[in-house]
Amino acid sequence: MRAYLLRHVQVLLASLGQLARMPGSTIMSVGVIGITLALPGLLYLLVANAERVSSEWHGGSHVSLFLHDTVDNDQARKLAAQLAKRMDVDLVRVVSAEQALSEFKELSGFGEALDALPANPLPSLLVVIPKAQYGQPTTLEKMVLELKSLPAVELAQLDMEWVQRFHVILTLTRRALIVLSVLLALAVLLIVSNTIRLAIVNRREEIEIIQLIGGTDRFIRRPFLYSGMLQGFLGGGLAIVLIALCLHLLRPPIQVLASLYGSGFRVVGLSVVESLTVLAIGMVLGWLASRWSVGRHLTRMQPA
Amino acid sequence: MIRFSQVSKRYPNGYEALKRISFTLEREKMAFLVGHSGAGKSTLLKLITLVERSSHGQIVVNSKNLVKLPRRQIPYFRREVGVIFQDHKLLHDRTVFDNVALPLVVSDVGHRETGRRVRAALDKVGLLGKERLYPITLSGGEQQRVGIARAVVNRPPLLLADEPTGNLDAQLSDEIMDLFHQFNQYGVTVIIATHEHRHIQRLNKPVLELQDGRLVHDGAPR
Repeated sequence: MRAYLLRHVQVLLASLGQLARMPGSTIMSVGVIGITLALPGLLYLLVANAERVSSEWHGGSHVSLFLHDTVDNDQARKLAAQLAKRMDVDLVRVVSAEQALSEFKELSGFGEALDALPANPLPSLLVVIPKAQYGQPTTLEKMVLELKSLPAVELAQLDMEWVQRFHVILTLTRRALIVLSVLLALAVLLIVSNTIRLAIVNRREEIEIIQLIGGTDRFIRRPFLYSGMLQGFLGGGLAIVLIALCLHLLRPPIQVLASLYGSGFRVVGLSVVESLTVLAIGMVLGWLASRWSVGRHLTRMQPA
Repeated sequence: MIRFSQVSKRYPNGYEALKRISFTLEREKMAFLVGHSGAGKSTLLKLITLVERSSHGQIVVNSKNLVKLPRRQIPYFRREVGVIFQDHKLLHDRTVFDNVALPLVVSDVGHRETGRRVRAALDKVGLLGKERLYPITLSGGEQQRVGIARAVVNRPPLLLADEPTGNLDAQLSDEIMDLFHQFNQYGVTVIIATHEHRHIQRLNKPVLELQDGRLVHDGAPR
């Protein structure tokens, strides 16, 4: 067992040496892998940050329930407490007719004209904020229909267009992220398998000799698998650096934009776990690519 | 050790390199394989090391039926056969020591044991002290000795040599042949493909003669 582990460490070091001996092609392929992995990484961060923005707005959507003017404040509060118990509702804010009137007076500048009215013309209002996981347009629409049918409710209103657009854009971006990731993963596979193919051709004689003296396919594959994995690992590392660099450049203007909207929003980068995931993806892709490439070439060099 | 029964080898292009070959070589014997170039000597050796598969017939080597040996067993089988090539097939970016150690490295022999056995093999071929050199700095005869040390380092019961003295002068090639003879006396089965009848006369060992893919003589040298 110790001899076996030692052998693996030796092969790992030998593969590192092999990569260092061809710095040109190593830098090229690591560079391409880095850029290729950085692209979906950045798009992923875009989606993650957009989701954080939207969660700040509770998905950007809420339902306004205008109550009949026969409903008094106590009844309104009772109804609010009931609605808050629904599983799709996060919280319900009550705006009584009096509160609404005073707010309106303050903001509209019609104060004295309103005083002249014999009674408060404004209805009580319940602002229903749905839970984030019920923020999709379809579930919201269903919710509005249900709330509309309540006897105390005169009118239920939802700012659908904005919510819908936002969700469509987010879904689209997520879908694009998946498609792009698959395509770029394929690109990484092709890049690594090509470098490995060149390495195999360069060492064809050595491989044949090792086969003749009884080296197993596994033994022959090992240095190539390590080489592929190392390239993927280095490429993943480069991707993390590139992503950090991009964020560093983008952060100040985004902060300015956020402060213009009075938001304390801060752009998040890759977490430690996400960074490790990028490295792991790079390694797995590198391993798969070299496994594929070596497998194809080894069977070609052996009798049936 | 080796038994061929009615073995034929036809290449995909239709060329028939071997035609219904049958012979037996007992354990611990030594034989020469002779014939003009193109007679099928190399093909026969390739069949024994499973570089090629036979088209027809049965081949049994060291009690293993090669026709039925699955592909993934081939590496393990090859460790029981030491092969020496005319062009040495050494790795020129590795030292003499690393070249000879290769068969032990692929079979996961421990570090200390490897060093011991490599030095023993180099000692036997008279190259102890040159283990740190690169093959390119050695003479042709010395390179062939490195190849022989590599072939015997894991003590296979069978040695095959394909024109091992092809590029060497008379004295050097005699030394190489004597080396093979020595291994045979230690109990290793040896087959040497050669076209130099001088060696056959000198060592007086049985001969397998191929002509156009047929075995035309099997027995004492003539």
